[in-house]
Amino acid sequence: MFLLEQVVNGLVLGGYYLLIALGLSLIFSVGGVVNLAHGAFYALGAYFSVTLTQYLGFGPAAVASPILVALLGILFERFILRRFYTADPILSLLVTFGLAMVTEQLIRIIWGASPLSQNMPPSLKGAIFLGDFLFSRYRLTLLGIVAVILLGIWLLLNKTSFGRVVRAGIQRPDMVAALGIRLQPYMTAIVMLGVGMAAVGGALFAPITIVHPAMGAEIITVAFVVVVIGGLGSFWGVVIAALLVGVVRGVTIHFAPAAGEASIYILMFLVLLFRPRGLLGERIEKFE
Amino acid sequence: MTIYNRRTVLKTGAAFAGVSAIGMPSIVSGQTDKIKIGHLTPLTGFLGALGAYAQLGLKQAEEEINKAGGVMGRQLDITSEDSVNPATAATKAQRMLEQDGATVLMGEINSASAATIMQVAARNKKLFMQIGARSDALRGKNCNRYTFHVDIPSTVMVNAVGKALVRDNMMKGKKFYTLTADYLFGHDLRGAANAFFAANGGTVLGDELVATDVTDFSPYLLKIRQGKPDIVCSNLAGNQVTNLIKQYAEFGLPFPIVGFNLNTADAWAAGEGNLSGTWPTVWYHTSEVPASKAFVAEFIKRNGKPPENHAWIEYVSLKMMAQAMNETKSTDTEKLIAYFEKETQFDILKGRKAYFRAWDHQLIQEAYPFTVRAKGQAKDKWDFLELGTAIPNANEPLEVINPPKSANACVFA
Repeated sequence: MFLLEQVVNGLVLGGYYLLIALGLSLIFSVGGVVNLAHGAFYALGAYFSVTLTQYLGFGPAAVASPILVALLGILFERFILRRFYTADPILSLLVTFGLAMVTEQLIRIIWGASPLSQNMPPSLKGAIFLGDFLFSRYRLTLLGIVAVILLGIWLLLNKTSFGRVVRAGIQRPDMVAALGIRLQPYMTAIVMLGVGMAAVGGALFAPITIVHPAMGAEIITVAFVVVVIGGLGSFWGVVIAALLVGVVRGVTIHFAPAAGEASIYILMFLVLLFRPRGLLGERIEKFE
Repeated sequence: MTIYNRRTVLKTGAAFAGVSAIGMPSIVSGQTDKIKIGHLTPLTGFLGALGAYAQLGLKQAEEEINKAGGVMGRQLDITSEDSVNPATAATKAQRMLEQDGATVLMGEINSASAATIMQVAARNKKLFMQIGARSDALRGKNCNRYTFHVDIPSTVMVNAVGKALVRDNMMKGKKFYTLTADYLFGHDLRGAANAFFAANGGTVLGDELVATDVTDFSPYLLKIRQGKPDIVCSNLAGNQVTNLIKQYAEFGLPFPIVGFNLNTADAWAAGEGNLSGTWPTVWYHTSEVPASKAFVAEFIKRNGKPPENHAWIEYVSLKMMAQAMNETKSTDTEKLIAYFEKETQFDILKGRKAYFRAWDHQLIQEAYPFTVRAKGQAKDKWDFLELGTAIPNANEPLEVINPPKSANACVFA
């Protein structure tokens, strides 16, 4: 019974990991670039939302901040990322890692090194009891928002012509090009979507944790673990992996608290050992 | 697409990792007539926010001293860097002494990094004024005669809060659920806390070790709820405490929460309305001591925000160091050690003067418990903490809140 409570709580946390990991996975799948700056956009999402909350209130700020970050995403794709799609992968790693450090330092210069505080709307504070289960009201709301976003992304990828081109672009970029479709505008849209989702994660998680310059570096590792476990190019792989990581962490903390943070890496290790391509990873020609 | 061989990739990656681990060396001026001081403090990671305040306080003291003519007529020249982690801290400390020509080392907040710098100081026979790390072990079984400790140790923090809990009937017969930071300092604090519980009739229902990079406390909170303790107690450190406090308010658990360590920057970050309970502090900017008020006013003028306890402690530490050099007319390690070991009294902007205890080199000083002001009472976002009465009482010697010789394994080799 107590365990079930941890499992459900783990699912909620997994939903939050998902917001960050899904964008990372999409950008990698389409562009072939591991975006180490993804966490920086998550941090910017949080910082923008804290600043905007002073003028707009919590809700509007949580919407406006990801839009701002998505716009920054256009610049990021157009002027930086685009040059590295066909380059040596180490170069894109270096440039995105560098960008992550530059952003962290910029945040320090603009907002200061001390952590900022973001309060959740009072109406969402506190707990709800369902039977004997305890839930944070805020986190349940967060889970609902994640579910809606997830559904939107799934529809976009599977039920629209946009999604068809993106999925084709993941598998056979040459064929898409041969059909006369330029992938670049699609890539811009994917990057906007990806970093925008990371910013949603930052804005929504700001009231739960603290907003500090290095928060991006903290999240990128977990997001990367989720992507590796889920497998590249698989929408559902990332979804399942995020939820799994959340649950495994919660259950481990229940039984062996000291091993809580290590558990997700052990999970990644096991998955890589038995399924090197990830849980639902597809065979992608360009990466073979 | 160009194919790069595996070796190139590995080499680049390794070089890359190496650079990021060591960090960028700072540019050191070549002048020799200045007194060089090497300063290390965490600027990144879970203690990074505290380190930023530490640098501000240190800088204020440095500029005041230099403007007033320096030390023995020589200007102070402080190199301050991010200590990053225990291994890097030791490497940088060694470099500061060996290559940069630092005469003394100062700083640190992380107990594990402080421990490695202490070893470097002892090996090089140079003085290390260990300012901000609070683990008992540093001035206990790991102590050495080249290191002096300024901040209050774990035992003092436990005493400051524990005495307030005893007074409020929150100790005897109560069941505590504790959360402990899983590194040197946390374990040490837990030891001191458990000793206090045992001596005063409290019991420990459960204890969870929490890694320092944990940001989500929800699984721990669910476990605490199932344990049904009387009081939840935090032995955490740095921004861990902030995260715990915010999420504790988010889940709305009914048990009162207290803690044996909380730095004011981390309390401020929690925001008004999230923090509750009784916590310890070494100093707070609302202190009524006139010298303290003057320091606070100058700090606000420079930085547009009030000083945190690490800004204060770095400020008074550099002033103590300057006083020692001025009075001994020397930067010689042995002369400085002798000066501090005389138990010279220092004004540290508190009600009572402080001194370094000769046999363990701990600065003996007042400490305070603090609680949270009632809603609507705070003048600004830094004002929601209510500073309690200093401990020990004015009629008791300052020593009584520190570990006595019988409970402290410190022996100088």
